[in-house]
Amino acid sequence: MILSRRAAIAAGIGAAALPALAFAAAPTHRRLIFVIQRGAADGLAIAAPTGDPAFAGARAALAAEAATGTRLDTLFTLHPAMEGAAALFAAREAHVVHAVATAYRDRSHFDGQNILEGGGTRPYGRADGWLNRMLSLLPEGERSALAVAPSVPLALRGALPVATYVPSRLPQADADLIARLSALYESDALLHPLWESAVRTQELAGDIGGNNGRNGADLGRLAASLMTPADGARVMMVETGGWDTHSNQHGRLAGQLRGLDQLVGALKTGLGPAWADTLVIVATEFGRTVAVNGSGGTDHGTGSAALLFGGDLARGGTVAADWPGLASTALLAGRDLKPTRSLERVIAGAVAHHYALDPVQVGRALYPELLA
Amino acid sequence: MSATRYLAANRFGLGRRVGDPDVPALRDAQAGLLRQLEAFDPAPPPIAALPRPEAIAETYILFREQGDAMRREAGGMPTANARATESTPQRETRQALNDLYADAATARFAVAVASPTPFAERLVHFWSNHFAVSTEKQFVSGFAGAHEFGAIRPHVMGRFADLLIAAVRHPAMLLYLDQILSFGTDSAFAIRTRRARSGPGLNENLAREILELHTLGVRSGYTQTDVTAFAGALTGLAVAGLGRGAARRLIPAGSRPGDTVFVAELHQPGEQTILGKRYPDTGAAQAEAVLRDLAVHPATARHIATKLARHFTADDPPQPLVDRLAADFLRSGGDLASLYRTLILSPEPWQDGPAMFKSPWDWFVSMARGLPVPALGERQNVAGLLRQLGQPVWRPESPAGYGDTVATWAGSGGLMQRVELASRIAGGIGDRADARALAPQLLADALTPDLAQAIAGADTPAQGLAMLFASPAFLRR
Repeated sequence: MILSRRAAIAAGIGAAALPALAFAAAPTHRRLIFVIQRGAADGLAIAAPTGDPAFAGARAALAAEAATGTRLDTLFTLHPAMEGAAALFAAREAHVVHAVATAYRDRSHFDGQNILEGGGTRPYGRADGWLNRMLSLLPEGERSALAVAPSVPLALRGALPVATYVPSRLPQADADLIARLSALYESDALLHPLWESAVRTQELAGDIGGNNGRNGADLGRLAASLMTPADGARVMMVETGGWDTHSNQHGRLAGQLRGLDQLVGALKTGLGPAWADTLVIVATEFGRTVAVNGSGGTDHGTGSAALLFGGDLARGGTVAADWPGLASTALLAGRDLKPTRSLERVIAGAVAHHYALDPVQVGRALYPELLA
Repeated sequence: MSATRYLAANRFGLGRRVGDPDVPALRDAQAGLLRQLEAFDPAPPPIAALPRPEAIAETYILFREQGDAMRREAGGMPTANARATESTPQRETRQALNDLYADAATARFAVAVASPTPFAERLVHFWSNHFAVSTEKQFVSGFAGAHEFGAIRPHVMGRFADLLIAAVRHPAMLLYLDQILSFGTDSAFAIRTRRARSGPGLNENLAREILELHTLGVRSGYTQTDVTAFAGALTGLAVAGLGRGAARRLIPAGSRPGDTVFVAELHQPGEQTILGKRYPDTGAAQAEAVLRDLAVHPATARHIATKLARHFTADDPPQPLVDRLAADFLRSGGDLASLYRTLILSPEPWQDGPAMFKSPWDWFVSMARGLPVPALGERQNVAGLLRQLGQPVWRPESPAGYGDTVATWAGSGGLMQRVELASRIAGGIGDRADARALAPQLLADALTPDLAQAIAGADTPAQGLAMLFASPAFLRR
């Protein structure tokens, strides 16, 4: 484990040295982790606006679950599965930003993730990602970046070299893909029994929500172990999938959030004293509809929530939101939470604070088309 | 008729490439396949760049010499763990031998992925499997690629007799089926060395497999006597530089290492009677005469027709197609191009939509052809990947080659392997390949609305890609 970890890290650093940028950050031991939630996580469940008079009516069955969580302020309640995050919030080590969205306004996961990661203004408009561009703002010795993924995700792709690390213990096909293929093979006389048998023998441990959230903890522990050594990664991207809750959201999302909660908890535990210098950004490509659909789930929406964790947040223990309200007249296209904050600005602001950089310059580097 | 365009590209090919022109109607699809028969390139650059058989043989010879030198140094005592004590040059030679196989497998893959004549490539793979050699044997592993590239490819559009002769006379086959250990019991060499502990003798392996697998087919009426007589006719075939023992000194002067040679002193003298026909002892020409007769035998026509029909239709191929192909084979004297034309213009392979289950090779090649960016990195071990998928390149478990039925490949573990690999590859390129746009291109008329919707509803671009490649249609051909 140590050997392959070091090899993975060594593979990604030390090569191409770019011309030093004039406004690079001062040397620090700061660490940054970007956790992407692929599949459009439901911000209205993560931090439920229980104080909004329209919430209970719009969310029907899902509203009752939300009410059992931890109250964050007069308007928002954290999902009950996120007990660890609630404790971090109380300790001012968690911050929620609500009603956020990227520049993207349609409802395709593919395109939405491309914009979230690339940081452009139109899908497939950029071949590099904001996280790689961010590396160029850091002192040369602190640019070691790693993706816990089989290959470099777009957010980390770009001019500066980065490494990837795939823990062999995690199976490649995640539970969500397996479930979707089960549906695809259902009416196929040959494939259906083959697949049933294959799945029975497959250990379903790939998603963070699996194993009662302990998979998330494993992933968090792994990520922390890759960042703890002196020569470890300083910047990391962690991929999580399974957020596309079109049906039976109640149980599925709780599992996902338990996994995310344990992931963050394991990061904090694993990083130890380094947690004080760590920023975790959790974001998704877009949100989900306000109304619950006919199968107990929610469909693709627009505004969602982003989560920040870390030992030195600018506004730990608060929820930031220019709340647009959930009354039907306040919704985007009559169905979605209207985004009132730019996710790009939120990320740029958090990065600027974390590395003590000028927010305008950070915005320009990370989102040259949007925040120039 | 259903899924004509999909079948044209997958049953008759190796999958559509991104940007391939659309083939709208059956007649156009057939015309396109016929054109491929003319356009086939037997030696495209990745293959032409590989070492010649002579260089391969020299590497083996070097390895043997290094081993002999080691044993001499050890005072002739066999070392307990030869590999642990082998010298650096010997280790490097072993690596070179491994590279011969790995590079050939990589070249095969590169050609298959890039080929503008995938139907012809499918036929190469078909015949290579028909005349299977296996890298289970160390000597074969370096030559397996050369066998397909040097013996199969040049003859795949020619006559079956020439293909047969080239395939069985190739060093890889002579090494694989023990021909280099076979000597005529009454040969000059055997008589001279008879007093040795165990005299050299006949090995029937090659003769039997030619009759059973390559030509007439099992239970087609030949007898043990025919096998023995044929084995006698085959004696004398050897590979220069790769024999063992005293026979090494008999290799004709001027032959290069790795050449297939005829050593008269190893040949069983006299006439041989095979399938009721008498073959006078004409030396090397004796076995060739037998092979030419076997190549046009009615049982061979039926055997080849059945295998070819199965490959392009179903486990139990339709009898009218088998009959038509067999008749064509007999009428044309085993003209393979004529056989392929008959196959293309027959209705049976175009019916019933994709029913055959792709082999791991077919599936993986078709996936790589369908991606707008390379599926594999420069240093990816193609041979290792195919091994993982359950179909190591040129390594079937028997001379019968890999099975060619749905049940051969449709296993639950194998299916999960494909899903995991698709998922892993898609994870690497998911944001550079849009499955929603690829699905109609790759699946053509085999794309169902349900599948299109399922792909569009995927959680991530990578998941959409993985679903495309794991879809029921894409798994079939």
